[in-house]
Amino acid sequence: MSLRILKDRFACSISAFLSACCVAALILIAIGLIYKSLPIFIDHSLSELFFSTIWSPMKGKFGFLPFIISTIQITTFSLLIAFPICLLSATYLVELAPRSTLKFFLPLIDILAGVPSVIYGIWGVLMIVPFVRDHVAPFFGYTTSGYCILTGSLVLAIMVAPVMMHLLIQVLQSVPHELRDGTLSLGATHWQMIKLVVWRKCLPGIMATTILGISKAIGETIAVLMVVGNVVQIPKNLFESGYPIPALIANNYGEMLSIPQYDAALMFAALLLLVVILFFNMVSAYVLKRVTKSIT
Amino acid sequence: MIRHKYFKKLEEQIFFGLMKLATVTILFGLLFILFTILWKGIPNLSWEMISQKPQGGFYMGGGGGILNAICGSLLLGLGATIFGLTLAIPIVIWLNIYAGQYSRNAVIVRTALDMLWGIPSIVFGAFGFIIMLALGIKASLLAGIVILTLLILPIMVRGMDEVIKTIPKELHESTLSLGATRWEMATKVILRKALPGIVTATLLGFGRAIGDAAAVMFTAGFTDNIPEKLTDPVASLPLSIFFQLGSPFEIVRGRAYAAALVLTIIILVISFLSRLITAKYQKHSR
Repeated sequence: MSLRILKDRFACSISAFLSACCVAALILIAIGLIYKSLPIFIDHSLSELFFSTIWSPMKGKFGFLPFIISTIQITTFSLLIAFPICLLSATYLVELAPRSTLKFFLPLIDILAGVPSVIYGIWGVLMIVPFVRDHVAPFFGYTTSGYCILTGSLVLAIMVAPVMMHLLIQVLQSVPHELRDGTLSLGATHWQMIKLVVWRKCLPGIMATTILGISKAIGETIAVLMVVGNVVQIPKNLFESGYPIPALIANNYGEMLSIPQYDAALMFAALLLLVVILFFNMVSAYVLKRVTKSIT
Repeated sequence: MIRHKYFKKLEEQIFFGLMKLATVTILFGLLFILFTILWKGIPNLSWEMISQKPQGGFYMGGGGGILNAICGSLLLGLGATIFGLTLAIPIVIWLNIYAGQYSRNAVIVRTALDMLWGIPSIVFGAFGFIIMLALGIKASLLAGIVILTLLILPIMVRGMDEVIKTIPKELHESTLSLGATRWEMATKVILRKALPGIVTATLLGFGRAIGDAAAVMFTAGFTDNIPEKLTDPVASLPLSIFFQLGSPFEIVRGRAYAAALVLTIIILVISFLSRLITAKYQKHSR
């Protein structure tokens, strides 16, 4: 066998091994987190972990409910803010705006999708926190430090906006032109075309984008941690501080080794994040795949 | 009938107005962020800031700069990018050439990579931390690089993958028909053709590695010095910003703004470079 073919064989096996490592890494992460969070189940039932509101690691009480509720609240409100704005704006850029506007927006969106989250966090601390404290909360008759669920949601909304915009523009552009022309030629107004044909045709894509936005919002750590206040409680309104799961993990690393079961509890939190996000990503990947299949 | 027509028009006008409003809101919000960073960062930026290590009492308002964090971030980013590149290229070759682009195994690996892409960096950080505990490794430059590599590998592989997928099948076939082995085809034809895409994906990964805070928080540690060996702990810009912003001293918070400006400029330069390369590539391929 010549050296060339030997080289080819060698490269084949090495690259196959490395590719297998990617799959192994994913499985390893899951197994590692499961293994490390097992000790928490010795003294605590699953329902206690999920539904207890008492969080005091020193006494061995680990109730995740405040963190779960905070995470759900922040994710929901940020998506409620970001989704309509992104959908309307993406529709405008694709359907109505001149090509040059879209060309101007696309690079801007991509650049902002690459801006590190700590920058968004700083912006939140500098601008959104005082804004919520001095203007929004008094308007609704609340007093707040500004470090609250609403601030976290606003910062998160701005963070997921570039990602969602990018995908929504791609989804909307995938609608064939014949469909638009056909609808308009039947006498529909531009808006009726968008509402009844374009959006309906894109519905699975729009859903998949939203799910991806949710999974990005759930996992976001530093930016939210900086503005959300980090108080262990179930926030009763938007102007109270919350404590989402990623912030819990990030804030308590240093001390977790000195308290028994604390590390297992934090690993359980990480596992929870992993499972939820993988689930959302799989759903969205499945939907997107069906969309692209139906188009081609 | 006339009334119906009138409402149809009115509804259209209202929603077009809302769309324009949404677009302006997005534009304003995004520019507002960049403007805030510039406005707060520029007055606090000085040569001392970017050319000196922190001196005694730096976090209480003492002298010095953030050179430790700038160097640390660049080292972490470069290390992860180089490490990631040496892993990503064989994987991409395997996905597209050895395994067959749409074979079952390739689809499995792609799905795994997409899932890795979606995992938040805090989970990577947590995972890295338990591995380090199990092996008895302290927070270090090396550990930070390894975790960041895991973080950016999916971005790099999938970025390159998308570019290589667009290379016409005929090119594969004619290269093989000339008697080249698959390895020769990969390195001498496919990779060369996809080079601009590879550079873009690499820059994207680099930008992500430099900006990430949650993954390096526990794996890379923090220090006032510039690391000399791979086993030294290392500072990073996002963490430096994060720690300084929490300070009660105005001057220290000012430094956080300046550090944020430095980080933003690095990211903008990377983004601009990759855009330039993509634009040039598209011109040639048409």
